[in-house]
Amino acid sequence: MSRWLKRIYASVIFLFLYAPIIVLIIFSFNAGKYSGNWEGFSLKWYQALLTDRSIMKALYYTVLIAVLSSLISTVIGTLAALGIHHMKPLRKNIMLNVNNIPVLNPDIVTGVALMTLFGFFKMQFGVSTLLIAHITFNIPYVILSVLPKLKQLPADALEAAMDLGATPWYAFRKVIFPEILPGIITGALIAFTLSVDDFVISFFTTGGGVTNLSIAIFAMARRGIKPVINALSTLMFGTVLGLLLIINARSGDVTELDV
Amino acid sequence: MFRKHSAFPYVLWSAVFIIIPLLLVAGYSVTTKDSQTGEVLLSLENYQKFFDPLYIKVLWRSVRLAGQATIICLALGYPMAMILANMPVKKQRTAALLFILPMWMNFLLRTYAWMSILGKNGIVNRVLEFLHLPQGHFLYNEGAVLLGMVYNFLPFMVLPIYTVLTKIDVSLIEAAEDLGANAATVLRYIIVPLSVPGIISGITMVFMPAVSTFVISALLGGGQFMLVGNLVEQQFLLVNNWHFGSAISMILMVLILISMAVLNRYDTSSEKEVNMI
Repeated sequence: MSRWLKRIYASVIFLFLYAPIIVLIIFSFNAGKYSGNWEGFSLKWYQALLTDRSIMKALYYTVLIAVLSSLISTVIGTLAALGIHHMKPLRKNIMLNVNNIPVLNPDIVTGVALMTLFGFFKMQFGVSTLLIAHITFNIPYVILSVLPKLKQLPADALEAAMDLGATPWYAFRKVIFPEILPGIITGALIAFTLSVDDFVISFFTTGGGVTNLSIAIFAMARRGIKPVINALSTLMFGTVLGLLLIINARSGDVTELDV
Repeated sequence: MFRKHSAFPYVLWSAVFIIIPLLLVAGYSVTTKDSQTGEVLLSLENYQKFFDPLYIKVLWRSVRLAGQATIICLALGYPMAMILANMPVKKQRTAALLFILPMWMNFLLRTYAWMSILGKNGIVNRVLEFLHLPQGHFLYNEGAVLLGMVYNFLPFMVLPIYTVLTKIDVSLIEAAEDLGANAATVLRYIIVPLSVPGIISGITMVFMPAVSTFVISALLGGGQFMLVGNLVEQQFLLVNNWHFGSAISMILMVLILISMAVLNRYDTSSEKEVNMI
């Protein structure tokens, strides 16, 4: 009895989680406008999506910002993790706490705080402010995925290599780097995904007609139902599924990856 | 050489883009700008303004809705976490993966999905029509906002509890059973107390984003429906009163700090489970 009860309960919860997504996907192929009336199979919303200038532009900015911000934050974050790992306890603690601020603060506060900064210094809102914002919220996650790998390293690995005649740079490249590489790649992937997914912080830190996909979706959804969004959801869900499978294959345990 | 200076770029970056912005927000919140002279004056006016019944009502609504969403998530999520944790290892991995998959879909799309389901021409109303039942307005009310919160944040409740449950030493449960405890006693005296750290992180991870959201309320609550997040958005983007907006942001931050401090008091475990990554 109890086994069946568990199964039914789990199924209901999974249905609750997936039903909206499945409805979106199914009705992205609907010839009609509303998710209730099936008026036949059609790819017209996909066609409309691909010819929609504003969405294509938003897609371009989303990818541009995601690629640039994840690359830059991976470099800065990895270097920072190396430095933080060797810091004295007090400084280390301060840095880790500062690093946690963007992670723990509500997105909206991070967003308006950055907006205030850019506004205060009269910066032009656009790609550069958006990029800075994304780098800022990405770096902490890179650091948090590289640090555990550094902790796993034997403390004297670098010294041992140098005793054997390696230059510091050579020792780093051949001994440290390969060991922490999985953490770096995981961090980069998290940064990329967070950047693609971000809405709130981007919403406050962009301007001048620069929008990412999330902002474009918000603008459209605020005005009501648009089946083009269904088509977009389907494509994005497919992409995310792909990305997740890659991360999962890499890290082994995907549940530990999540916020 | 390397280790000494490699954190320098980030020290600089975090000072400029993490610390200074927060100091600016704090600064804006305790100043006002005279609309005629443009003079910036130190004052607590923004905070006083917030204690108008109009704004207090919005704050109370945010806290109440976020609280309700948290309780519903806990009630729905705890049994789900137990079911996941008790699955055979092979199935468990797939099930956990399936569980977090929707979370990786764009947050706005997940919220939008409910718009198209609950809307006037949505699937719920079509089903009601088919069953010859009266159709209703399911969108643009408090219930829709609550549903949106539960839907978006349920995985945040389940995952930390699930993680803690999988780490419970089975021999403790076996020992209790050997001593004659039945399933209810084991649950009440062994499993639940040991999963408190997971429950605490779950509550934190649901309550925080729920109380500060403005997307869910903007899309599922309609334009008229205000939460604290919407107030902040309005002050910064519409009204352009950064001083008042900053004061609300500060209040939001303090609210979250207080709730974290309260929650941490209940977390009696010596080893703090940091659920970040």
